[in-house]
Amino acid sequence: MPHTGDEMTCRELVGLITDYVEGTLPAADRRRFDQHLEMCEYCANYVEQMRATIMALGELPEETISARVRDELLDAFRGWKSS
Amino acid sequence: VEGLAQSQVELLEALRAGDEAAFARIVDELSPGLMRLARVYVSTDGAAEEVVQETWIGVLNGLDRFEGRSTLKTWIFRILVNVAKTRGVRDTRSVPFSSLDVTAGEDRALDPDRFFGDHTRSPGQWAIAPAPWPEDAVWEADAMRLVRDTVDGLPPAQREVITLRDMVGCSAAETCSALNLTEANQRVLLHRARAKVRAALERAFDDRGPA
Repeated sequence: MPHTGDEMTCRELVGLITDYVEGTLPAADRRRFDQHLEMCEYCANYVEQMRATIMALGELPEETISARVRDELLDAFRGWKSS
Repeated sequence: VEGLAQSQVELLEALRAGDEAAFARIVDELSPGLMRLARVYVSTDGAAEEVVQETWIGVLNGLDRFEGRSTLKTWIFRILVNVAKTRGVRDTRSVPFSSLDVTAGEDRALDPDRFFGDHTRSPGQWAIAPAPWPEDAVWEADAMRLVRDTVDGLPPAQREVITLRDMVGCSAAETCSALNLTEANQRVLLHRARAKVRAALERAFDDRGPA
């Protein structure tokens, strides 16, 4: 479809996606973003993939300190309290 | 937010009164995130653990002087950044950190050739459009490894932000405060980092052919 002035382009949408998901996009741009998304399956794919990416980042296995270091810290806390 | 402020005051009072269970709780709650952020600055899990340990000692040393101008959580993350960067100066294997503008320079989130140029019939539209990904593919072990490796390879400032926001789960405000960034710079760094992780997954899924 030809580009007619106020319509958001795919390139613009991709550039604004973080502002969109962060909720910092001005209302007018947010409307243009939503309108574009409704008619463009490719951009819908992009947004969906970005959400999947963010979810995957949040699910990476995490590490923490060992029990030995934890015990040493609790010892340090007892020493700190009595100092 | 009021409840949060209230619970923070109570936690501070408990810690200052020497409540060991309260200290154990906050150590257990924050240490995984601190380990994550520490790994941005040092190259081994062992070194990261030492940084986290040194951070908690720094917390104890500073607790009586903490004035509550930031949240306790962001104050602790700031201590970690200081500890880790000081250590980074000694640790030759760690990544050098630049004091230059972290968002300066050409660092496009996505290859501009993915879109038709301004002097074509469809300016700004996809030239190479994103194809749907195979269902649930991001949850496979290979994909998760790729996500982790891609984050590890990001420029340090982007890695700091995506680690705190998307892996540790800090808010934008907490991340700005912990890393001493403006909201706008935080968003630019997050934008570039997320786009690169998505692009890495896309390349991997495209190489596998159609679902």
